[in-house]
Amino acid sequence: MTNSSLVDFTLYLADSTLVLGQRNGEWCGHGPVLEQDIAITNITLDLIGQARSFYQYAAKLIGNDCTEDRLAYWRNEREFKNGLLCERPNGDWAQTIARQTFFSFYQRELFTQLLNGSDSTLAAIAEKSLKEVRYHCRWSSEWICRLGDGTDESHQRLLNALDNLWPYTGELFIAAQYEKDLKIDTAGMSISWMTALSDLFAEATLPPPSLTSTFMHTGGKTGQHTESLGYLLAEMQYVQRSYPGCEW
Amino acid sequence: MQLIRKFYYGDIPEETGGAAKPASTSSSSDWPLWEVFIRSKQGLEHKHVGSLHAADANMAIENARDVYTRRSEGISIWVVESKHIKTSNPEASAELYEPAQDKIYRHPTFYDLPDEIKHM
Amino acid sequence: MENLTFETHFQDKIDQEIKIEPRDWMPEAYRKTNIRQISQHAHSEIVGMLPEGNWISRAPSLKRKAILLAKVQDEAGHGLYLYAAAETLGLSREQMIEDLHSGRAKYSSIFNYPTLTWADMGAIGWLVDGAAIMNQVMLTRTSYGPYARAMVRICKEESFHQRQGFEILLVLSKGSEAQKAMCQDAINRWWWPALMMFGPRDTESTNSDMSMKWKIKRKSNDELRQQFVDMIAQQVTLLGMTLPDTELRWNEQRGHYDFGQINWEEFWQVVKGNGPCNKERLAARKKAWDEGRWVREAATAYAAKQKQKQKAA
Repeated sequence: MTNSSLVDFTLYLADSTLVLGQRNGEWCGHGPVLEQDIAITNITLDLIGQARSFYQYAAKLIGNDCTEDRLAYWRNEREFKNGLLCERPNGDWAQTIARQTFFSFYQRELFTQLLNGSDSTLAAIAEKSLKEVRYHCRWSSEWICRLGDGTDESHQRLLNALDNLWPYTGELFIAAQYEKDLKIDTAGMSISWMTALSDLFAEATLPPPSLTSTFMHTGGKTGQHTESLGYLLAEMQYVQRSYPGCEW
Repeated sequence: MQLIRKFYYGDIPEETGGAAKPASTSSSSDWPLWEVFIRSKQGLEHKHVGSLHAADANMAIENARDVYTRRSEGISIWVVESKHIKTSNPEASAELYEPAQDKIYRHPTFYDLPDEIKHM
Repeated sequence: MENLTFETHFQDKIDQEIKIEPRDWMPEAYRKTNIRQISQHAHSEIVGMLPEGNWISRAPSLKRKAILLAKVQDEAGHGLYLYAAAETLGLSREQMIEDLHSGRAKYSSIFNYPTLTWADMGAIGWLVDGAAIMNQVMLTRTSYGPYARAMVRICKEESFHQRQGFEILLVLSKGSEAQKAMCQDAINRWWWPALMMFGPRDTESTNSDMSMKWKIKRKSNDELRQQFVDMIAQQVTLLGMTLPDTELRWNEQRGHYDFGQINWEEFWQVVKGNGPCNKERLAARKKAWDEGRWVREAATAYAAKQKQKQKAA
């Protein structure tokens, strides 16, 4: 295990949670109903909290007075390693729920692995985060059922969302070099992820997912993103970069 | 008669004198109201903390978790749809509650005991 | 005659500081005043999420992003408590929201001002929340039980809001020249609108004030405003900043700060809908509500189906 693989992997975890948090944060004040505005903001806060833990660890590994904000605010599009799924725009509530479901189910598998992995810091962060992730899985699963088995309109919107986002799920299970170095079993994760989703989709009266039938986009893990990430980062980072070297 | 001409924060009069009509019939997108009860820690009873809207009981519990336990205020939640709660009539409060007032012998302080008895 | 007895009894309770509860008899005007005030307060919390929500995506550090999210989320919670309090008076939340969107119901004008820089997050927390807290602390003793209880909960949670605002400004005031300028600029822009939050001067109110008699309100506009000026005039020195009022000075005789004239013309223009952001704020709320309709309908439909299944089983 090389230190640089560990740094890259930790940044992948951090970037993914931050970017998804940034996206979910766009809902704050604009949710479909007050109670759900509060609910998704809670999830956002969990994600930002996870991102901070991962960035702080990465900063420690890097050393040289590196900080969480240095990593979040001063790296460019090609340096961000988040999964493409996380940066996809919010769209309607169905898109957001589908994205959250895919990602939370994935996080549950991944963090369970980290829990038993060799890196004790990642294991500790995973342990704390898993409690949050289990709740996110529950919350988003319930919404998948409500939308899937709700009205004709919600069913159709959810189908569109799943179609739309499905091609961004594949790369989560294709190991980047740093994951291979760290012996992350992406193939194993993919099986349990798929099983859990299949059960959920059946309950929600949705057609079963299939990992083999569609083309999958890749590149996020190694810094090759969709166009939307650049805008997201530009907005997120601009204050820090306009006033270099300042405290906030 | 316009009663309030003062303008406080959050008290700007509306031309039509506010919207004081009885509750409108709920439409299909209006979720029912639930009452929320929270146990703040093991050993204490569930206490009413407020209400919220939710489409079903699961959602009501989760909403209650997000709304009423953001600052670790609870470890257990009850929810019940508000329409299932029956309230005693305040106009009957005299006959309901006042008869208890003169039964002071139900309270320990009613009894005079010698000072030597410290705890009883 | 009947009503008169009820009314006397009602006023007796108020005078004895006994809270009024939802099912108690109350004069129609008391009910209406409470509905209007509580729902306006709720709307203010919800619309108030927007100017600060603007900066969630641009918060300059991860810590600040989390704090801001938690704060804006609190405002959603506060709106929720208040809507629930108003609902005890017989108006559905949906109706209240429709009244907001149609322009029938109002919200605090302060939220029609734009948030132009990060320092505005500090100024809002310190000045706007600071002004709101004075009002809200008073309202924890308001005569209508559900409103008072909502306010107790809100005040408890609200205390971090003003502190985080002041802290944002404190950091800026110790920062670079550009940050200091940003800090002063935000104070300059938010000071007068914050003073307007307390409403017109007491002398301009000629009517007998039922709101005071009924103990819905307990302090006059000018009393609260003076209290606020006295507090802020002290605190601003800790920031090394100034308030944009050349007439602001300590009056030994009154034991209070004197301050300059508020531009009431501006206040009325904003109330009438001509503030810098009135249209944007309402449009954002309407959009969220309209685009959320199919979501709310789906959840209702799903709940009905589940109930049906349970019955069948």
